[in-house]
Amino acid sequence: MTLEERLKERRICICAGSGGVGKTTTSAAIALGLARRGRRVAVVTIDPAKRLATSLGLEELDNEPRLVDPALLEQAGVPVEGELWAMMLDAKRTFDELIARLAPDERTRRDVLENRIYQELSSAVAGSQEFTAVAKLFELDRSGRFDAIVLDTPPSRSALDFLDAPTRLTQFFEGRALKVFLAPTGLATRIVGRGASAVFSIFSKIAGVDLISDLSVFFRALGGLIDGFRERATSVSALLRDPATTFLVITSPEREPSEEAIFFHRKLREAGMPFGGLIVNRVHDQALDGHTAEQTAALLQPALGDALAQRVAANLADFNVLAERDRRQIERLKKSLAVKDPVLVPHLDADVADLQALATIEQHLFADAPES
Amino acid sequence: MTAPLPPLLDRRLLFVTGKGGVGKTTVAAAMGLLAARHGKRTLVAELARRDDVWRALRGEEPSAVFREREIGENLSFISIDPERAMEEYLVDQLPRALADVLTGSRVFGYLAAATPGLRELLAIGKVWELAQPDRRTPGAAPYDLVVVDAPATGHGVAFLAAPKTFAAAAAVGPIARQARTIHDMLADPQRSAVLVVAAATEASVSETEVLVEEVTGALGYPPAQLVLNRMLPRRFSAGDAERLLAVAEGPPPPAVAQAAVDAALAAHRRQRRQAEERRQLAGRVAGVPLATLPFLFTERLALPELERLGGLLERRL
Repeated sequence: MTLEERLKERRICICAGSGGVGKTTTSAAIALGLARRGRRVAVVTIDPAKRLATSLGLEELDNEPRLVDPALLEQAGVPVEGELWAMMLDAKRTFDELIARLAPDERTRRDVLENRIYQELSSAVAGSQEFTAVAKLFELDRSGRFDAIVLDTPPSRSALDFLDAPTRLTQFFEGRALKVFLAPTGLATRIVGRGASAVFSIFSKIAGVDLISDLSVFFRALGGLIDGFRERATSVSALLRDPATTFLVITSPEREPSEEAIFFHRKLREAGMPFGGLIVNRVHDQALDGHTAEQTAALLQPALGDALAQRVAANLADFNVLAERDRRQIERLKKSLAVKDPVLVPHLDADVADLQALATIEQHLFADAPES
Repeated sequence: MTAPLPPLLDRRLLFVTGKGGVGKTTVAAAMGLLAARHGKRTLVAELARRDDVWRALRGEEPSAVFREREIGENLSFISIDPERAMEEYLVDQLPRALADVLTGSRVFGYLAAATPGLRELLAIGKVWELAQPDRRTPGAAPYDLVVVDAPATGHGVAFLAAPKTFAAAAAVGPIARQARTIHDMLADPQRSAVLVVAAATEASVSETEVLVEEVTGALGYPPAQLVLNRMLPRRFSAGDAERLLAVAEGPPPPAVAQAAVDAALAAHRRQRRQAEERRQLAGRVAGVPLATLPFLFTERLALPELERLGGLLERRL
């Protein structure tokens, strides 16, 4: 099945995989491919390489999708029938905006945003980016402005964080710690009992007292947001499992990223999320194909002379090691993920993704006949 | 091994950090192996990534092995987990019964998770403890060197900065006091050093430039060494490339010869690209010595490859 067919009835395409496998570039190329096929697409990227960002017109981090200039795309030889929008996720800002939206009143909003603990916590959340990425996805989907959204997920070591983010956020707000802090005066011995109160006192002695009042203010202010968060988390969870959503697992044929791809696929199945296919980037295909380096050198000798022919053959022997490795790893991935026809993208020379490179990748991704 | 020990390995603490996917763990392991071969009692410590707040609140048991394990002559390994570091700290500092109450307390866990920098501090505190000549852990033998496989850029700096940040935030209490002691060691270039691993790509070069500034800001001195990893050999000259192009454009040779020519041209282009990024990096972080390690055409990196890389580092650092 081609990628085009896989994505036909899908409104949301989430690209998942470990860091350093070209996930951001792949997400952008998928979005480009969909836009070329007439759809109005937004790609949400996280921390793209500078030149990719620039080539897409993303100089500013304004946390809103921007239209990629159709003239630029035409110049690069990839005219689009639809529209390609792109944005770079500003995780901290997304979180702040969410707080602002869910806060029941101006005062709560200010109390939370200005709180020292919130600032620390939101940076931590921003650092992991899982929650904010889905929050933004949800918001863009609900806006109805796009008929497809491609999400580049954070380079998370544990895919679980991403899938669980909404649920865990709810659990956090429903947790006992929150109730403790929500008590109107002091740290509420009558609600939580003496045990917890002793814990607070020891904690403040060990950690330094002045944090406690910050924490107390923070949790009390957040209390007003609980219902909003719960509701939001439920909707986000439902969206991730919606039939119009699909997860593509992206990897390179190296061992560690492949392990993570297998792990991620398992987690997707366990969580009941729709797995839509496997993309393997950076596949080495130049191989000795049963010949020896000597035979290859002999074939090249008339055209290149002895010395160069030897070096060219030796280089191919090195590349052959990688091609063999890739072939074995792809077989393993196919078996582990029960995928018959993964989309294979060859190792391209440029590490920098400009529009030209993006167009090349798009052609590989959306090739008619899947490679065998 | 005949070369003298690189001065970098004369410190007590060596932090290896860099962007994800550049081979940081490989370099940390090769450095550890090299020090051990020189007769230093060496510990390679993997610092678990800075778990986000939500994970901390799930109360799951970490799967990593939080114990020192001997993995070779003079060489041990440990994976440091912030939660376990916290437990150990409490047990060490408080009467047992009280420590048990606290480690079992969810409220305490929430407090700790929400306290800025506390988890990083406890993890780096464990690293510090491991690097002491006089170990606090009863019966533990001291190490000559602790090599830390630090989390990817950003988070790695968060660990390095944690003691200073925490000491500033909480002026009183035993933790703040200990934070200052830990920072003193990290900020002492005689005892500690940072090695940054990078790849010769545009993204990695930009990120490395920022990382060098951040490390300098956190510790007061720059990283001691940059290692540019996975450099392709320069096999073909510009003249070679021209001849190869002529062949590539001529009548199609047998398939394997075609593949050989394609592979040679690809290797040439990639190598040139890497050389350019290397020049960029050398220009942008001029104050830090730069060494390279080769790309290894192997199925996977195992002991022989790590030995080989260690040998190269021995000569190049």
